[in-house]
Amino acid sequence: MAEVSIAEKWGLVVDQDRCTGCNACVVACSMENNVPFTGEDNVAFGRGTYWIYNKRMWEGEYPRVAPAFQPVMCQQCGSAPCEPVCPTFAAVHSEEEQINLQVYIRCIGTRYCANNCPYHARQFNFQDPDIPEPMNSYLNPDVTVRSKGVMEKCTFCVQRIVGGRQTASAEDRPLRDGEVTPACVAACPSGALVFGDLSDPNSRVSQMAQNERQYKLMDELGTKPKVTYLKGGGRNGG
Amino acid sequence: MAAETKLFGKLKTAEQEHEDPKEQLMFDPRPREELNRMVMEMMTTTTKKFWLWAIGLGVGVVVLLFGAWGYMISTGMWVTGLRRPIFWGVFIVTFVFWIGISHAGTFVSAILRVFKAEFRRPFTRAAELMTTFGLAAGALYPLIHLGRVWVFYFMIPYPNARWLWVNFRSPLVWDLLAITTYLLSSTIYLYLPLVPDLAMARDRTTGIRHSAYKILALGWRGTEAEWFRLRKAIQIFAFAIIPVMFSVHTIVAWDFAVSQVAGWHSTIFGPYFIIGAILSGVSAVVTILYILRSTLKHMDYFLRPEHFDALGKLILVFSMAWAYFFFNDYLLGWYGGEAAVRQILTLHATGPAAWVWYLMLICNMAVPWLTLWNRKIRRTPWLMFIITLTINVGMFAERYTIVPLTLGHQRTPFDWGVYTPQPVEISIVLGTFCLFTFLYLITSRLIPMVPVWEVQEGQVAHTLRKIGKAEVPTVTELD
Repeated sequence: MAEVSIAEKWGLVVDQDRCTGCNACVVACSMENNVPFTGEDNVAFGRGTYWIYNKRMWEGEYPRVAPAFQPVMCQQCGSAPCEPVCPTFAAVHSEEEQINLQVYIRCIGTRYCANNCPYHARQFNFQDPDIPEPMNSYLNPDVTVRSKGVMEKCTFCVQRIVGGRQTASAEDRPLRDGEVTPACVAACPSGALVFGDLSDPNSRVSQMAQNERQYKLMDELGTKPKVTYLKGGGRNGG
Repeated sequence: MAAETKLFGKLKTAEQEHEDPKEQLMFDPRPREELNRMVMEMMTTTTKKFWLWAIGLGVGVVVLLFGAWGYMISTGMWVTGLRRPIFWGVFIVTFVFWIGISHAGTFVSAILRVFKAEFRRPFTRAAELMTTFGLAAGALYPLIHLGRVWVFYFMIPYPNARWLWVNFRSPLVWDLLAITTYLLSSTIYLYLPLVPDLAMARDRTTGIRHSAYKILALGWRGTEAEWFRLRKAIQIFAFAIIPVMFSVHTIVAWDFAVSQVAGWHSTIFGPYFIIGAILSGVSAVVTILYILRSTLKHMDYFLRPEHFDALGKLILVFSMAWAYFFFNDYLLGWYGGEAAVRQILTLHATGPAAWVWYLMLICNMAVPWLTLWNRKIRRTPWLMFIITLTINVGMFAERYTIVPLTLGHQRTPFDWGVYTPQPVEISIVLGTFCLFTFLYLITSRLIPMVPVWEVQEGQVAHTLRKIGKAEVPTVTELD
C-alpha cells in the first residue's frame, strides 16, 4: 500500500430508465456478500434480507400503465442518519473510501440505525444464518458471515474496492476508472448501474451524475447520498 | 358513594362546604406510639392471600419474564413481531411506559415536598418506591430489546481492552447515563427519609429483622444533630432530583426526537413526554394507593379520601396539559406541511390501527375530564382506581401510537408495514408487570410503607389559621 489515495469518493449511478427490474443485482449481491437467505416465510413477513432491493412501482393511468423500477441500496450518505445514533460506533464512516461501514463485531443490535435510515437499506439478522452443508462452499471468504442480532447493509462491496486498490498498488499504478465494480454493477445486464470514483471529474460515474435526468433519493433530508438516480421517462425509455 | 362518606363513622352531606378537619389525617392525630404500632403491624401482617400472590407473581417473573427472555436470547429476535420497517416494538413502548411510571415518585414526593404540599406526607414513600421499581422494570428493556444482549457492556463508557469508546452522540448512551443516574439518585432519595423509620422498626423487632434494620438504620439515634443533617440532606436531594427527573424523560423523548423518522422528528417531544410521564405516573400512584389501602392493615387511617381528592385534581390538570401538548404536536406537524408527517397523522386517526389512537384519546382525555371535576368521584377510592387504571391504559396506547404505529408509516408507501406483538413479547411485558408488583409486594412487608415520622411531624405542627373566610391548614411552626 505505497500510495493510498485518500481522496476517493465512491459513488453509484442508477439509471432507472435502463433498469428492467430483473433482480440480477439482488442475486449477485447476496452471493457476493454472504447475505443470508431467510426463507419464504420470513420474506413474506418482511424479514427478507437484501442489501439491494428493487422497488416496483406503477406509472401512468390505467390502461396505459407501466412498471417502474427503483433499485435501492445503502445510499452511502455523506451525512448519514445511521451513524450518530449508534451507541457503539458500529455504524462508522470510512475516511478512506467515504462510505458508511457496519462493524458487525461492535454491533449490539439496538436497531436504532435501522429506524433512522430513511431508505430502509439496513437489515437486521433476526436469526443465525442457516447454511446447509454444501452451501457453505459458496460463501465468499472476503466477507464476514453475520451472526444473529447484528445489523448489516450494503458496503459498496468494500472488499472489492480494497482488492482493486491492492492490485493497482502491486502493479504500481493508480486505480483505473471502472476497474472496481460491486457485484450488483457487474451483474446488471442492461448497464443501469454505473460505479466509480466521484472525486475524479473525468470518471464515467461523475459524468453520468451530471446528467439532466439526475436526482437523489430524499435529497430534502440533507443526507447527501452518494447514489444518483437517473429518471427521465419518455424518449429516454423506462 | 353514599357508603363512602360514612367511612369514618361520620355522615356528611355532599353539599357541606367545609369538611370537618377531623377528616383530614393531619387533624386526626394519634399518639406517636400508636402510629408506630400501626405501621409495624402493617408491615408484619401477612395473610394467606398475600403469600399466594407473592408466589404467583414470583412464578410469573421467572416464567413470563426470564423464561421468555431466555428463549428469545437463545433463538434470536425472530420470535418477536418486528419486521422491516418497524424495528422497535412493544419493548420500547413498555420501556417508555415504565420510565413514565417512575416519574411519579419524584414528582409526588420531591415536587410536593419542595412546594410544601402537606397532603403528600402519608404516601411519599409509596410513590418513591414506584420510582425505584418502575425504573428497575423499565431499565430491563434497553437490555431486552438488544439483538446481542450478551455484549451490552459495549455501551458502557469505561477504558477497555477493545480500545473502543462509546458514541456520545447517540441518544442511547444519553439514555443509559440518565437512567442509571436517576436510579441511583432516586434510590438514595428513597433511602434518606427511610432511615428514621428503619430505626423505629429496629427498636420494635427482634431476631434477624432486628439485625437487618440495625444495619440499614445506620445507627440512627434521633439526636438533634442527626435530624438537622437528615432534613438538610432531604432538602438538597428534593431540589436536586427534580432536574434529574425532567432530564430523564426528556432524554427518552430525544431517542425519538433527534431521529430522522417522520412523526418522531418533533421538538415538542421533550415536554410532551414529561407531561405524559407525570400524568401516567401520578395516575399509577393513585392506583397503587388504592391497592395499598385495601390490602394493608391500618392503611385506611393514613390514606383518606382527601388524598385521592388532591391527587385527582393533579391528574385532571395534567390530563389537560397533556392534551395541550398532544394537540400542539399535531398542529405543528400539520402546519409544518411535510407530506409524510401529515400522512402519518392522518393515518393514526384513520388507518387500520386507529382504534389505538381513539383509545388513547378516550382514556387520557374523555375519562378524566368527564369524571375528575367531580369532588364526590375524586373522593371515592375505588372509582379513582378505575379512572387511573384507564389513564394508564391510555398512556400505553399513546406510546404504542408513537413507536410501532409511527414507524409503520414511512416516507414512501413501498416501505409501510404492520406490527403485531407476538406471544414472547407479550409474555415479557407481562413479566415486567409481575416483576414490579412482586418487588412492591415483598417490599411492603420489609420496610414501613408510611413515612411515620413525617406523618407525626405533620400532625404535631399543623394548625388551622383563618385567612379571609377560609380556614387554611398551615405548618408555620416548621422550618
